[in-house]
Amino acid sequence: MGDYPSRSASTSAGGPAVTARHSRPAGNGVSPIPPDDRPPLGGGGALPTKARFSMETGFRGLSTAAGAMVLVIIVAIAIFLVSKAVPALDANTENFLTYKAWFPNETQPRFGIAALAFGTVLTSVIALIVAVPIALGIALFLSHYAPKRLATPLGFVIDLLAAVPSVVFGLWGRDVFSEPVKSFSVWLNEYFGWLPIFGGDGPFGRSILLGSLVLAIMVLPIVTSLSREVFQQTPGMNEEAALALGATKWEMIRTAVLPYGKPGVLAAVMLGLGRALGETIALALTLGTTFVISFNVIESGGNSIAANIANTFGEANATGRGALIASGLLLFAITLVVNMAARAIIYRRREFRDSAA
Amino acid sequence: MSLLERETPGVVMTPDHIRSRKLPVAADLGIAVVALLLSAAVVYGLGIGNWVLVLVLGAALYLVGLYVGASRVEGRRSARNRMWRTAIYSACVLAILPLASVVWTLVSKGAARLDGDFFGSSMNNIGARDPNGGAYHAIVGTLEQVGLATLMAVPLGVLGAIYLVEYGRGKFALTVRFFVDVMTGIPSIVAGLFVLAFWVLIVSPWFNNGTPRFSGFAASLALTVLMLPTIVRSTEEMLRLVPGPLREGAYALGVPQWKTILKVVLPTALPGIVTGIMLAVARAAGETAPVLLVAGGAAAINMDPFNGNQSSLSLFVYQQAGDASKYAPDRAWTAALTLVALVLLLTIAAKLLARRNRLSAR
Repeated sequence: MGDYPSRSASTSAGGPAVTARHSRPAGNGVSPIPPDDRPPLGGGGALPTKARFSMETGFRGLSTAAGAMVLVIIVAIAIFLVSKAVPALDANTENFLTYKAWFPNETQPRFGIAALAFGTVLTSVIALIVAVPIALGIALFLSHYAPKRLATPLGFVIDLLAAVPSVVFGLWGRDVFSEPVKSFSVWLNEYFGWLPIFGGDGPFGRSILLGSLVLAIMVLPIVTSLSREVFQQTPGMNEEAALALGATKWEMIRTAVLPYGKPGVLAAVMLGLGRALGETIALALTLGTTFVISFNVIESGGNSIAANIANTFGEANATGRGALIASGLLLFAITLVVNMAARAIIYRRREFRDSAA
Repeated sequence: MSLLERETPGVVMTPDHIRSRKLPVAADLGIAVVALLLSAAVVYGLGIGNWVLVLVLGAALYLVGLYVGASRVEGRRSARNRMWRTAIYSACVLAILPLASVVWTLVSKGAARLDGDFFGSSMNNIGARDPNGGAYHAIVGTLEQVGLATLMAVPLGVLGAIYLVEYGRGKFALTVRFFVDVMTGIPSIVAGLFVLAFWVLIVSPWFNNGTPRFSGFAASLALTVLMLPTIVRSTEEMLRLVPGPLREGAYALGVPQWKTILKVVLPTALPGIVTGIMLAVARAAGETAPVLLVAGGAAAINMDPFNGNQSSLSLFVYQQAGDASKYAPDRAWTAALTLVALVLLLTIAAKLLARRNRLSAR
């Protein structure tokens, strides 16, 4: 806090910016080449001629190939998923996009993604609604409220939260967290049962609510750490100007920090969304595995594209695998779009680009 | 005579007058106690919930009471400031709770099977009624798969980062950089499906008389896809921190660029690069979905990652969690504890290494 964002201007180390200030000739008015245009003895005349193939071109080519590998992999993912999905989609006797159930292993394969896609979006959206306010609160606490002695270890703990494998959260959600969520669901049903989303008559427990809450805990760290980075980069001048005009701390945050960080926060939320959409194992362990489209969040049930892949892969035959790959292709497309949108937002702001994890 | 020294009749310059009035701490605490008592009375009086509801309702009442009280004493703006600060502090407490619960459950439930048998035996010939059985095969699988993935992802990732920092200029480099960032968000299950479609279903039949075959190597391919962007990103960040004059010094001595990169730039950035790699390894060790799809899982010990099904620690946790045996949950939790210990050790070691890094950015 209090500094200008110093890492934004010249990030291209070794680039032209570094050498530019040395471009002025060292000697004053004395030409380095003698007047009779002969190359000086022992100087450039003896330099080796540039070989056509050297270690330099080899190394450059190798590293360029490694960089291009990323593009190759993304394209290859699309190509191979499509190549395996198309035969299964051809064999499908129902509409892939609107059919709700999943029976790809029968002689007349019937499968559709409607219920799965709905469950995926619903769990992710609820998870974000729960996680984003809390994550922003923690990010503001870490960047503007906490003393440094507290902020460093707390940031460390949040990072550790991000490192815990998803299967552990899934196991915890199923064995431990489901009990309080179940009693909470019963309570919600008793007093708010007149709302359709809290209606129904049980059983409660392994529901969309449980899955979403576990998911919320898992996207919390990524949203927190990204928004924290963004909040920390608020120009100190803006903050001090607000304070000097008599703003309280909250008014300073509202008028200086939040508007500055808005694109970054938006990107962080979208990255969190991408993570939530693709989360597999935690949802496979906590959701009740049904194939219905229902907004009821507390009754046992719910499913998602990724969880369905993990759950039904074991008994899938060739068409079944193709069907799962087709659903994975859709998931890939959705997350690719979400991630590209998020990154595009980040890239528009130069100073955010170099810190986005 | 200056303004400050002039005697102004009727105005006394004491701290009470030049400072705005503050809500005393006692009043703050009083509001909290009253809010809790009130919410307890409401909740238990009407019989609509238990102590959790008391706390939640109490916190809400406290926020409202604080706002009302502070706006009476300090004014509306200051009261709003106070309320938001309390809300932000409570968000932090709220986030610590699940983590504490996870850690507590891991330690208390995971200790049940923390014995030599667990780390020395596999699940081969372990039926539903056998209380023993272990994760040796899974630990072997995790180590081999993550090790192979590291062997593949590290050279590729570091070279890619070198391209981005040292050679890459123009549109193509920007595109690569953008898609490295996008690739960090690819779901692990999609990476698993990709390797399933590409390696297990199309390439592996060539080596196996035409039948597809699961293997630990396929899992490490999927993990490579997941680790690559993380490694490129962290290495790139570290290479950018290497001061330009170091490179210029090497160029001035006539050292070609590739040698400068290998002998000057990389060694300078090495601690930071290793930190990034360790974080990527920790992330990969915890992945379940790709291993489930392409390594198949196995109950017996399989030391050969290129032939036949293999398990991994995270997959072991998932499979034991789905097992109906009454001894399975204990095995699942102990394996989860082992996995978390492994991942956290790597993460903490990486963070400590980062703290010693002289090139640190922040």
